Amino acid sequence: MSDHEYTPKSKAGKWFNDRLPLLTLANHLTDYPTPKNLNYWWTFGGILTFCLITQIVTGLTLAMHYIAHADMAFESVEHIMRDVNYGWLIRYIHANGASMFFLAVYIHIFRSLFYGSYKAPREIIWIIGIIIYLLMMAAAFMGYVLPWGQMSFWGATVITNLFSAIPLVGEGIVTWLWGGYSVDNPTLTRFFTLHYLIPFLILGLVVLHIWALHVPGNNNPVGIDVKKPSKDTVPFHPYIVIKDTFALLMFMIVFAFFVFYTPNILGHADNYIEADPLVTPAHIVPEWYLLPFYAILRSVPDKLLGVIAMLSAILILAALPWLDTSKIRSAVFRPLYKQFYWILVADVLILGYVGAMPAEGLYLLVARVATAYYFLHFLVILPVLGLKEKTLPIPLSITEPILGGTANLATARNKESSIK
Amino acid sequence: MKNFLRILSLIIVFLAAPLSSYAAEKVEYLKTDWSFKGLFGKFDRGALQRGYQVYTEVCASCHSMKYLSYRNLAEKGGPEFTEQQAKAIAASFDVTDGPNSDGEMFTRPGKLSDKFVMPYENVKAAQAANGGAYPPDMSVLVKARGGGVDYIYSLLQGYEDPPAGIILDEGVHYNKYMYGNKIKMSNPLSDGLVEYSDGTNATVEQMSKDVTTFLMWTAEPHLETRHQIGFKAILYLIILTILVYFSMKRIWSRVETKV
Amino acid sequence: MSEKKTNRRDFLFTATYAVGAVGVGATVWPMIDQMNPDASVKALASTEVDVSSLTPGRTITVLWRGKPVFIRRRTEDEIADARSVKLDDLKDPEKDEDRAKNPEWLVMLGVCTHLGCVPLNDKGDYNGWFCPCHGSHYDTSGRIRKGPAPTNMEVPKYEFVNANTIKIG
Repeated sequence: MSDHEYTPKSKAGKWFNDRLPLLTLANHLTDYPTPKNLNYWWTFGGILTFCLITQIVTGLTLAMHYIAHADMAFESVEHIMRDVNYGWLIRYIHANGASMFFLAVYIHIFRSLFYGSYKAPREIIWIIGIIIYLLMMAAAFMGYVLPWGQMSFWGATVITNLFSAIPLVGEGIVTWLWGGYSVDNPTLTRFFTLHYLIPFLILGLVVLHIWALHVPGNNNPVGIDVKKPSKDTVPFHPYIVIKDTFALLMFMIVFAFFVFYTPNILGHADNYIEADPLVTPAHIVPEWYLLPFYAILRSVPDKLLGVIAMLSAILILAALPWLDTSKIRSAVFRPLYKQFYWILVADVLILGYVGAMPAEGLYLLVARVATAYYFLHFLVILPVLGLKEKTLPIPLSITEPILGGTANLATARNKESSIK
Repeated sequence: MKNFLRILSLIIVFLAAPLSSYAAEKVEYLKTDWSFKGLFGKFDRGALQRGYQVYTEVCASCHSMKYLSYRNLAEKGGPEFTEQQAKAIAASFDVTDGPNSDGEMFTRPGKLSDKFVMPYENVKAAQAANGGAYPPDMSVLVKARGGGVDYIYSLLQGYEDPPAGIILDEGVHYNKYMYGNKIKMSNPLSDGLVEYSDGTNATVEQMSKDVTTFLMWTAEPHLETRHQIGFKAILYLIILTILVYFSMKRIWSRVETKV
Repeated sequence: MSEKKTNRRDFLFTATYAVGAVGVGATVWPMIDQMNPDASVKALASTEVDVSSLTPGRTITVLWRGKPVFIRRRTEDEIADARSVKLDDLKDPEKDEDRAKNPEWLVMLGVCTHLGCVPLNDKGDYNGWFCPCHGSHYDTSGRIRKGPAPTNMEVPKYEFVNANTIKIG
């Protein structure tokens, strides 16, 4: 794992390390050579780790008081909010923490898209990331069901009904998911079980994600390979640790503002009404972080095709390393891609916006155009762009902003290293 | 760094847009100054106590408050009745308890640990007594309505004669702030309906404000603590951020790259 | 000059660490405190028991804070027994007069002070209580006389609200 042999100084340390090389691992993590030109968009990896730990710790403590039963779930949440010591604080951190988690993960994903971090040799990191993202969505969805409010209940009903679109076995699968003929107590208890499990799966995948990252090392804003360790890198500790901490603290200020001053703004008022199987709320809207996919789902007039479109919208990301044919990683040197990148960002934000609006009239039209563009970007624009685009000359190293050679040479060097 | 913050704030503004547009589709609510809003917002103790009076004398005959206990009335950050007052309030209600050693249920005066007594046995009984419409439980009502306190405050003052052309069924009333404008609850308030013990003039506006304040507290009983801890937490985070910022500058001064 | 610089740097780092540690501590506390008894549990701290039907020589067991409380209406013999014991013979010396203010009534937590089992009535070598788990013998005042338990069974705070009602807690 490490480029250099590490021997603990103390005798006890050496004894332990020979049997279980934890100290070698710790040394690898602290000395890990990191490109020194990483900007603040790179701090979101650390922020996401913080989010995961926060969700796990607050989730564990909430689970000590929560009752996963259709008759008592809503009441137990109120019990947490009113009677449990600091229960209100822990619950608001957990609820808003989910939103903050997604905010951070979207920034993390879009950073990767901008700087081409998904490209060779980092495809595995990227794919693990997509799996983590999918699990996050599953965990968030099931977590939203647990308070057993109106949005919980009807959100669960709508999302599980997506499976009924599958030909032949769809209805059977839905009944199986519910453990009954509607969303009810069996559904709630299994959602609670899975909601408890998934974060630990994510934790395991995060370890793999970081492991896979530490093989080739970090990408960087310039997008060229750096020699490690060299004058282009700094050791992870203290340089990156302190920088990540600084960014994390700024993130926490925003987080704290939500928790303490507008704790319910990201939620939906209807979820403070206890679940009622006889009455559907006027507008069913998923949490904001699922809105773009919700818009894609609704923009397709066919039930099965809508579900397929929504799933494809996520899964297409896994194929991204091969859809993007460009040899250059960073958008900094890809003037055309940079423009398309921002159009994609706008497209996703528009999808999110129309996802929150009623699916009718102009909104529906906009949703359809935006959905079409979303797929167009990945399936047509990216592959073609990589072959046709005239890229800018690339520097030889990140410490030498002045070019070390001609554009062609730089591109060639980059090509060489990515093949390796 | 600057670029980073600029893009980040743009995205946040954009994400906030759909949220505000939810509110935009609704009617303009009546405004009043709520003491509990803002960084240091606290409840107006008098308003909470008066609000409780309005709730028990007017609302409680139909609307339950099932997540509250009488002890809450004496707790810090709430109406802060004295313990003696809260005990007296509790004792004025008959609570069903039991079974006793003979296996029978019996009634006794309420204790601080008892939950607020419900006006109806169950939802069905409540519906039957109210022409099919269930008077919603009021514990978290403020948080369960999109417009929050402003909505409740406006609704209580929004009763008027229906405009020409709108025909109301028997037992349905016109309210300009109600979703769909039709409401089963008849106008609950009228000037002088309750007699405030502190001498405040019980206008409809005053009672609406008091009872809405009370409902805000029942929905968020720890609001004051939340604001207090929140201010300290954010102040603390800012101080630590500044310290870490300078530490970071110092550490990165060892290499020539800027952070 | 350079020495001064070092000092200032040390101060900055120390301050940052110290302030950071305070924050970590303040964050950990709510996570620990949430396991303490919550407000609704604390509110149930007292219970009232009707003892009018209890005849001398009988014991009732009531639940208080999730634990059994023995309420025994003692016979004259039992009272005499309990009061005649010399304090020197006791492992945990305590006068019966202090344990039962009204000698006819003994109110105590029915929890063996060894490891928390519920002792059996009218059993054991001292005609009081006997804990089946590890063989502790208690006398008619609920005091430990033989066996591994270290102390007498605990007398909770209680009072007679009226002649027939005891309020525990």
